[in-house]
Amino acid sequence: MYNIQTEIQKRILVLDGAMGTMLQQYKFSEEDFRGERFKDYPTPLKGNNDLLSLTQPKAIAEVHAKYFEAGADIVETNTFSGTTIAMADYDMQDLVYELNYESAKIAKEVADKFTKANPEKPRFVAGSIGPTNKTASLSPDVNRPEYRVITFNELRIAYKQQVEALIDGGVDLLLVETIFDTLNAKAALFAIEEVKEEQNINIPIMVSGTITDASGRTLSGQTVEAFLTSISHVPLLSVGFNCALGAEQLKPYLQRLSNETEFYTSAHPNAGLPNAFGEYDESPKQMQGYIEDYLKDSLINIIGGCCGTSPDHIKAIAEVANNYKPRLIEKLV
Amino acid sequence: MVDSDCKKYLTLSGLEPLVVTPESNFINVGERTNVTGSRKFLRLIKEEKYNEALEVARHQVEGGAQILDVNMDEGMLDGVYAMTTFLNLIASEPNISRIPIMIDSSKWEILEAGLRVVQGKCVVNSISLKEGKDEFKRQAKLIKRYGAAVIVMAFDETGQADNYNRRIEICKRSYDILVNEVNFPPQDIIFDPNIFPVATGMEEHRRNALDFFKATKWIRENLPFANVSGGVSNISFSFRGNNAVREAMHSSFLFHGIKNGMNLGIVNPTMLEVYDEIDKDLLERVEDVLFDRRDDATERLLDFAESVKGQKKEQENTVQEWRSYPLQNRITHALVKGIDTFIIKDVEEARLQSKKPIEVIEGHLMIGMNVVGDLFGSGKMFLPQVVKSARVMKKAVAYLQPFIEAEKDGKQEFAGRILMATVKGDVHDIGKNIVSVVLSCNNYEIIDLGVMVPPEKIIETAKKKNVDIIGLSGLITPSLDEMVYVSKAMEKEQLDIPLILGGATTSRAHSAVKIAPNYSNTVVHINDASRAVTVVGNLLQKDNKIYKNQIREEYDLFREQFLKRGKKKSYLSTEEARNNKFKVNWATTEIVKPKSLGIQVIKDFDITQLKDFIDWSPFFRGWDLHGKFPDILEDKIVGKQATELFADAQVLLKRIFDEKLLKAKAIFGLFEANSVNDDDIEIKDASGNVLDTFLTLRQQSKKSEGKPNIALSDFIAPKASNVKDYIGCFCVSTGFGTDELATKFEAEHDDYNSIMIKALADRLAEAFAEYLHKEVRTNHWNYAENENLSNEELIKENYKGIRPAPGYPACPDHLEKNTIWKLLNIEENIGVILTDSLAMWPAASVSGYYFANPEAKYFGLGKIMHDQVEDYSKRRGITIEEAKKWLNPNIAN
Repeated sequence: MYNIQTEIQKRILVLDGAMGTMLQQYKFSEEDFRGERFKDYPTPLKGNNDLLSLTQPKAIAEVHAKYFEAGADIVETNTFSGTTIAMADYDMQDLVYELNYESAKIAKEVADKFTKANPEKPRFVAGSIGPTNKTASLSPDVNRPEYRVITFNELRIAYKQQVEALIDGGVDLLLVETIFDTLNAKAALFAIEEVKEEQNINIPIMVSGTITDASGRTLSGQTVEAFLTSISHVPLLSVGFNCALGAEQLKPYLQRLSNETEFYTSAHPNAGLPNAFGEYDESPKQMQGYIEDYLKDSLINIIGGCCGTSPDHIKAIAEVANNYKPRLIEKLV
Repeated sequence: MVDSDCKKYLTLSGLEPLVVTPESNFINVGERTNVTGSRKFLRLIKEEKYNEALEVARHQVEGGAQILDVNMDEGMLDGVYAMTTFLNLIASEPNISRIPIMIDSSKWEILEAGLRVVQGKCVVNSISLKEGKDEFKRQAKLIKRYGAAVIVMAFDETGQADNYNRRIEICKRSYDILVNEVNFPPQDIIFDPNIFPVATGMEEHRRNALDFFKATKWIRENLPFANVSGGVSNISFSFRGNNAVREAMHSSFLFHGIKNGMNLGIVNPTMLEVYDEIDKDLLERVEDVLFDRRDDATERLLDFAESVKGQKKEQENTVQEWRSYPLQNRITHALVKGIDTFIIKDVEEARLQSKKPIEVIEGHLMIGMNVVGDLFGSGKMFLPQVVKSARVMKKAVAYLQPFIEAEKDGKQEFAGRILMATVKGDVHDIGKNIVSVVLSCNNYEIIDLGVMVPPEKIIETAKKKNVDIIGLSGLITPSLDEMVYVSKAMEKEQLDIPLILGGATTSRAHSAVKIAPNYSNTVVHINDASRAVTVVGNLLQKDNKIYKNQIREEYDLFREQFLKRGKKKSYLSTEEARNNKFKVNWATTEIVKPKSLGIQVIKDFDITQLKDFIDWSPFFRGWDLHGKFPDILEDKIVGKQATELFADAQVLLKRIFDEKLLKAKAIFGLFEANSVNDDDIEIKDASGNVLDTFLTLRQQSKKSEGKPNIALSDFIAPKASNVKDYIGCFCVSTGFGTDELATKFEAEHDDYNSIMIKALADRLAEAFAEYLHKEVRTNHWNYAENENLSNEELIKENYKGIRPAPGYPACPDHLEKNTIWKLLNIEENIGVILTDSLAMWPAASVSGYYFANPEAKYFGLGKIMHDQVEDYSKRRGITIEEAKKWLNPNIAN
């Protein structure tokens, strides 16, 4: 068995790039999303990317393989929306276990192939756990600030189901990502701790928050340090940021995070900020330059890409990451 | 080191973090959002007037609360619903939710409801062992999983702790369970060792305050990283209705509580007198009660209380009284007390007396604020009170502002634009605010970025607003690093703006040594607000080059001297240290040739002979009983336990002797020897051939005049002196059989005796070493033929010569054991072996050297420098890395 805990001490680990951006290139139609199995499903399914793990598994495996080829050490499962809460949009709550289990299996098979081909560079699969589309500490109704559309307990139960399926499917670690509400993330971490205890396992956990804009805070209003304080009660493999900002804009927050935490750090920023058309157009070269600034300042242990990034971005990132030593962490005495 | 330690601080969060460091002085928990403590709040919650209830919370935050306690424990309330609703509402108010929440309830389901709606790291108030260990553990585990800190009440199955011993016993037990069994982070534990009323007239309440102080001190000293909190108003419960006495009691209690280590607490800031302002007679009577200093303390305080109470009108009289003070005293009084009722009137009076309105700020008001600053600095005023003072100050300044502006012809023109910020990670801004007020009063435009300001924001604002000076402030030590970081970032961004620094932990030394070198423009440290105006004025004058150069030179010089002083003070080079060696006059010193040279082995030693050589004091230390033997048997606190332990030890010792349970073996060798190349000792056989070489290490820290830098080699005559000298080395063990016995005891589940046998074997080994040393001195080497010492004197090592052991302070180098083992062929001769890390096996063994010179003495090597490590690695024939590995604890960095 390869151990990510030992690999992360040796080098900077590269995480994959965007899944959604890659899938867009396949231009799947409503029929493609449905496949044979969901031909007669009552709700429209186009846009349910997680479903493609069941209906277009080859495409998913292809994307994983491209990122591994580009030099990624870790790929994320195609499960960003794999909770009953997010799947309610497509009325597919009952498929949650299967979606997560199959997605994990697809990614793991590809990863194992690459590890076998080059045992010097073992590859890992991170079970992607998204934020869901509901927030536990903000009210959707301005006139009723005390109202909540989702509770901690509902989130905990939904996350637990996703976590169990991902683990059964064989993921090497879990990635709680794109956290815009810390309370949602705390529910996910609570669920993971429960599963860890029940199954008596110790699966590494990555946590990645999202700084929404130049205010430097999460959507739910926390500063970098407050966010870190709120999630540090769980032993984490890494803590970091992803999405919303490009590599350049993210840097000051990573710097602060890196100063404050004794966990490993991660980042998977977007390919810049979206242009007027909502597209990300930062080139691999440009992004490489910004990431190199992270590396020069030793801010990072795990680095990858989020929205708008492609295997070419990851290749550029992997190349430059290879030239630098990972960030050292100071452990408590 | 500092860095990792600081991570062990209690850290909480709302929208912003709160780090409780030793510099935090005291974290004040807002307590008005508590239905059990505030009738008004209860009414608002009952009537579901949540918006008004939120105003109570907001008021608390604005009044300086750093944590907000929320309690919904009331029989007629649906506590879960009320807690959930109120905390959800708070979450939508960033001005309130920026501080951490303390979820306060005696019901678990309410605590859990609270934990499920707060995104930040909260404090649970409280849990205890009241319902037994299992429930306590269950709750603690869940709290940890929800990511909160916890207040633990000194309460267990048998009730609430009401004396010192019960307090520390329960806290210790709770701590051990939390830390060892639940894996709860110790810095996230806050003990509430119960503040109970004093002066109740009941005999058993007399020590309530004193025991709290003592327990607090004990907790802070013995339970690493744990915090202490309490509800202060309880202390004065018996004086309800008499606020003058209550306020004095709270203030004094808090002052002494903080001194003893209480670092959080629930205090109503409006019920707090300024410590220094307490009537001296009242203070004495209060403290007599708090410290249980006299039998009639309660009566005397009651008498005083009666006299205060009797004069209800007194209140007004006192008002009248301070109103009759001279003007400056009135203004100072108003600022210190935070009374804004008369301030406009007084300021107007001052304005009419002054030439310019600005003089009122620079004079009258600053004098008053300096008093506030001093009281706060010495811990006699607390944050909420200072906030009140600042409010009065602001009101006064606001009143004067139009007059100041009217003085200028029409448009206001500023003398300069100054950016002020408390650096990231720090929330202390009183000093910064005072400086801001002073500067703005002097016609500077202030851009105040507030607290916890990240570097990029400082730089961005400085550029955008084109500021003339940047001012950074900070109170806690980590802020010093942050300032270094900001200065580097400013340089990187090529800012060309002077930087001024201030705040409690900042210093000229730090600014000169750590910050000035990073930044090309001027860096100035300002130690008090009054100097800010001069410095800023100088920096912004038209021709400021001279001033700037002067500051730069001053700081460069200061840094140079500082660094030089640091270096000089610390270490000598190896060569210098060798030149300052311990000098023995080899021409006159007494050297005795051993009766017999060579190696001797003792295989079947009668272990009973060691009985009287045992030094028992370390034995008790091993069991955590501290004191000197035999006095320890009579000790007030541990005497009983020590006596029992000693009796048990005697039983087992008798068995060891009677049944010959342990086997003792020893070996020693005496050789001709000379020191060579300063620090090495050559050992020779009878014909003068070199058998091996001992390597010693030399003290390198700079000593005071006339004190030598010692190495063990100094006690052996150098080869060059042509004096024949001698050295010995030895190994004894009484550990043969220990393991088998311990295993046997363990199999019988007798852990006590299993530990006991090992402890006794260790003592016997030490005793054997002592015995053998005596034999060597008086017989084999025979240099102390006429020695006649009692066993006690032996244990005190009142004899001539020493027997230092590798791995101990005089020669921390464990690798020397290899040489001793080779020289004496110890493994083959007596079967004691060395492990990979050079520990001896069996464990109950002692090895070392014998030095016989009458001037030989024990010393500690201390830290050595890199040059000696390098030199040593060459002498030893190992790589520097390996040398570093073995000597690491002794290498200075």
